[in-house]
Amino acid sequence: MTNLAAGAVSAADPTLASFSPLVWWIIAIKVVVIFLFLLLFQILMIWAERRVIGRMQNRPGPNRWGPFGLLQPVADALKLPLKEDIVPRQVDKLLFFLAPILSAVPALISFAIIPVGPEVSIFGVHTPLQLTDFPVAVLLVLAMSSIAVYGIVLAGWSSTGPYSLLGGLRSSAQVISYEIAMGLSFVAVFLYAGTLSTTGIVNAQAHGWYVWELLPSFLIYVLTMVGETNRLPFDLPEGEGELVGGYNTEFSSMRFVLFYLAEYVNMLTVSALATTLFLGGWRAPWPLSLWSGANSGWYPIIWFLIKVALFEFGFIWLRGSLPRVRYDQLMALGWKILIPVSIIWLLLIATVRAWRYDTHSTAVYVVGGVVLAIIIVIAVSWDIAAERRASRAAGAESAAQEAGPEPGTPAAAPRGGRVTYRVPPLDLPHYHGVGVTDPSRPVPPPAGAAVGAGDSNGTKEVTGA
Amino acid sequence: MNSYVPILVLALLAVGFAVFSVVLGTLTGPKRWNRAKLQAYESGIEPTPQPPGGGRFPVKYYLTAMLFILFDIEIVFLYPWAVTFQKLGAFGLVEMVTFVVTVLIAYAYVWRRGGLEWD
Repeated sequence: MTNLAAGAVSAADPTLASFSPLVWWIIAIKVVVIFLFLLLFQILMIWAERRVIGRMQNRPGPNRWGPFGLLQPVADALKLPLKEDIVPRQVDKLLFFLAPILSAVPALISFAIIPVGPEVSIFGVHTPLQLTDFPVAVLLVLAMSSIAVYGIVLAGWSSTGPYSLLGGLRSSAQVISYEIAMGLSFVAVFLYAGTLSTTGIVNAQAHGWYVWELLPSFLIYVLTMVGETNRLPFDLPEGEGELVGGYNTEFSSMRFVLFYLAEYVNMLTVSALATTLFLGGWRAPWPLSLWSGANSGWYPIIWFLIKVALFEFGFIWLRGSLPRVRYDQLMALGWKILIPVSIIWLLLIATVRAWRYDTHSTAVYVVGGVVLAIIIVIAVSWDIAAERRASRAAGAESAAQEAGPEPGTPAAAPRGGRVTYRVPPLDLPHYHGVGVTDPSRPVPPPAGAAVGAGDSNGTKEVTGA
Repeated sequence: MNSYVPILVLALLAVGFAVFSVVLGTLTGPKRWNRAKLQAYESGIEPTPQPPGGGRFPVKYYLTAMLFILFDIEIVFLYPWAVTFQKLGAFGLVEMVTFVVTVLIAYAYVWRRGGLEWD
């Protein structure tokens, strides 16, 4: 281990070549450790989630089994296999069997390319703390998250119940919509690192984490990772108020466990990927990175776990503080905000980057001009559209006031082909007790009016007296 | 190819675990027959009859899936470009901006026609 300055790429940093020698027992150890880590971390995560949410809602949370209720998830895990495995009569048996497996297996595979630490020596063999890496490593995560969509779709489809079908459709539409923005936010990282291999990306962040240089990409990724994992506030596929359990309504016993496990493992994987791509992976944070030993040996596992835990806490925090969004708002955020913002941000950094490499090329100036022009055109057309929308809304409102509110009837379709519905305004004078009663009488208080209106029996006598 | 072997090992372990769990669930749980339990769950009402071969769903989802394919392919083209960006220089930048602007025009068209609206 050379004594380079802290933060520089040292000899301990693994490269792609460190993964080519195959030592079978090293692979076996790593596979088993990763697998157990993925399963056991979820026990801790479920416990932490329930306790933290409990604390946020002023209640203790599970505290009976074991110290601080730590054994509660273990008790749940033991209880669920002892429950009846219900297979409803109408289901497609084969797909009903395959769906939970197709949902859990990709989640468990994705973690293979996450670098947890630099090269260490295990029983005399130098090996990186990462199962494997190859030139297109991040594509594996994207591919696995795409395969996991099959699990969701097939779960909804094979159950042949309305809740399951709608939940499966919603979930898959949401996951694929957010996958686009997620993929676009990765492009910026690949542009800066010049590689798709996770070790290469971590090595490229030796002098500065991408979270600062690529802050918009990071923010977009954080939003999309909540959407990808179907967590609150984007958990519409399992919105308990409307769809019971969504795509996993009909699943019970261990099949349900696999869906539940897949959700939590996915949370862990996207957090670990965020750490790898934007927070420098296993590299020590600033004050600690001054100590040259912080980025070698086994210590980096600690920094990695702390960063991952921060993201996981963020998931819990979001769940504790935000209500569920509406489905059209969710899709609008994904398609109308995240995608254009990430494309424009990508064009910007690509231009700036080309400027840096290729200062005197006229092509770069031309492209820079084009990109600026696109941004200005979009901004201006946005303004014009907003103005037009506001004037149209004002016109529709005045028309509605003349014709009286007719809920449900479509207004004249504008030229774009979009149909808008006339909705009665939420704030009418008679909601405040104005104009309903005889003006000669004193206006009754709103609460009394509401009770009187809701009471169908003898309302007139009571209010008229 | 060597670096793909550990993925296969992990995949085998994961598949084994998943299949084992499902089979275990069918073996360890009780079996108590109940006609209502084996119907589709609809919060207690009589289940809606489903047409054979699966239920019908809004065509919006189909449109979303098609749009996803369009943009996903765009992203697939962006990755190799991002990796070789330094070597391609200004040429790569011009090419990619042309491509992205072309896709953006299609995107603006879809938006204008209401393809991104949910009601």
